[in-house]
Amino acid sequence: MGLLILRRLVATVPVLVLVTAGVFALIHLTPGDPIDAMMAESVDDSVKRQLRSELGLDRPLYLQYATWMGRLLQGDLGRSIRNSEPVIQNVGRRIRPSLQLAGLAMAISLLVATPIGILSAARRNSALDRVGTSFALFGICMPNFLIALLLIFVFGVTLRWLPISGYVDPLEEPWDGLRSLALPAITLGVALAAVITRTLRSSMLEALSEDYIRTARAKGLTDGAVVRRHALRNALIPVVTVLGLQLGTLIGGAVITEYVFALPGVGRLVVDAVFARDYPLVQGVVLLIAVGFIMSNLLVDLLYGWIDPRIRHH
Amino acid sequence: MVTTLAAAPARPLPDRRWRLIRRAAQSWLAPFGAAVLLLAIAAALLAPAISPHDPLKQDLNHALARPDRAHPMGTDNVGRDVLSRVIWGTRVSLTAGFGSVAIAVLAGGLLGLVAGYAGGRVDNLVMRVMDAVLSFPPLVLALALGAVLGAGLTGVVIALGVVYTPTFARLMRGQVLAITAREYVDAARALGVPGWRVAWSHVLPNATAPIVVQASLSVAFAILAEASLSFLGLGVQPPGASWGSMINAGRGYLQQAPWIVFGPGAALFVTVVGLNFVGDAIRDALDPRLRA
Repeated sequence: MGLLILRRLVATVPVLVLVTAGVFALIHLTPGDPIDAMMAESVDDSVKRQLRSELGLDRPLYLQYATWMGRLLQGDLGRSIRNSEPVIQNVGRRIRPSLQLAGLAMAISLLVATPIGILSAARRNSALDRVGTSFALFGICMPNFLIALLLIFVFGVTLRWLPISGYVDPLEEPWDGLRSLALPAITLGVALAAVITRTLRSSMLEALSEDYIRTARAKGLTDGAVVRRHALRNALIPVVTVLGLQLGTLIGGAVITEYVFALPGVGRLVVDAVFARDYPLVQGVVLLIAVGFIMSNLLVDLLYGWIDPRIRHH
Repeated sequence: MVTTLAAAPARPLPDRRWRLIRRAAQSWLAPFGAAVLLLAIAAALLAPAISPHDPLKQDLNHALARPDRAHPMGTDNVGRDVLSRVIWGTRVSLTAGFGSVAIAVLAGGLLGLVAGYAGGRVDNLVMRVMDAVLSFPPLVLALALGAVLGAGLTGVVIALGVVYTPTFARLMRGQVLAITAREYVDAARALGVPGWRVAWSHVLPNATAPIVVQASLSVAFAILAEASLSFLGLGVQPPGASWGSMINAGRGYLQQAPWIVFGPGAALFVTVVGLNFVGDAIRDALDPRLRA
């Protein structure tokens, strides 16, 4: 296992190098002058010149890359132009709401998808199955922001049960915190639940048609025991894979959800940085998100090997 | 034990009935999807002729008007006709959906073909670059690219094209590797056919089916992605109409005028569902092995 982890880590190095090169190139893709794009026309020329030399934009490209990489390797991701704080600090302040949102959404999606997926497969083609598959289709075709606005319309504006924007830290004030995260977490959870439901249903159907299920039934096990002990365990493997594949969508969904509900998370930070044309901040946050994404994919890969020993031995 | 045995023989009957209903429903899904797609294409092409009002004309006396005969989807906060804007927005959505997938198919297809065909170092380099692109969450990458390319439909189409390129490159490479191992390719080579001709007339035609399937399913996702980026403020700039930006502009009026959000929202949802059905139908037709 240790060797496997090491091998996978080494394999990500070239990809990481290319990712940093891509993020570095980002600022140079701007049509025209990035400094002009970042600052208003009216800003004094000397200020622009200072920023240009601060960012090293007046030096040859390879030198810029070398300097940037050198700082990166020392953990310096650069500074935001807007508040001139290091990128790390900007992200550090925003990471907690994002993680809470992702965790709650994941929990909600599993709570919703597990029973629907199992029942849909166990009672295939029943009315319940129809409802389950329709729910999955609905969740996959509905964009995140529409789900969010639908929830705001019903629970925020019409029924007035839950707050529609703002953030309270649930670690400080549990009740108000959970209330403030409820609609965002449901928004993000529904989309994820749809994908999990669909995968779980089809992998359950596959597992239920295996010979060992017939054997289990022949031994006289009840339906419940067959599903729980024999089918579900084997059906969970594709679900883990899909969860890994959905991480990217989950992060994108979190960006939109944080934007709609005005949550001060990392996703909101990216959107704000993009529209403020704060390119160093965009570069830093996008790089951090990409590295986090690569690492979680690695984790899912390893988890996959741990769940299914057949893969480990390949 | 007893219940299981007793239940087993009773099953076939409802199963068969359900299967018939399912088949009927499935045969109904594809035409529904096709109808939605045709309707959307017609709306996009005929927008100037069929939209009842000028999509940009403001009428502050009729702002936030409820849906009625003159404005079937109501009016927005500056009195523009929502239906007309939804019809014009179809152009943006379809352009983004088909445009970005076309870019991805061309770029990804070519890269995959080169990688799979050349092998060795070229293959390694191309595929690592594709891995790097895949290392970014799609929306975050599109957002960052859209930001540096500048707001506007072109920037969004290019950004989404880049985001979807690796999928097609991987698919094409896999196809090429599988096909070049076949005997008819060996035969062509043995006959002295030049490499590019083998690629063009033997490998490419046999590799297209999965590409077409993936492309048809990707269009729906590209339309969703464009709407998301427009919702965030990239893409078509005001006062131009795109579904995502209309929904974003209307969200402040959810209480007084929910139709501003739900008009374009319904159009977006129905289009994406329809395109999904079409994609599924194409997949079933071209690749029976993948049939669920």
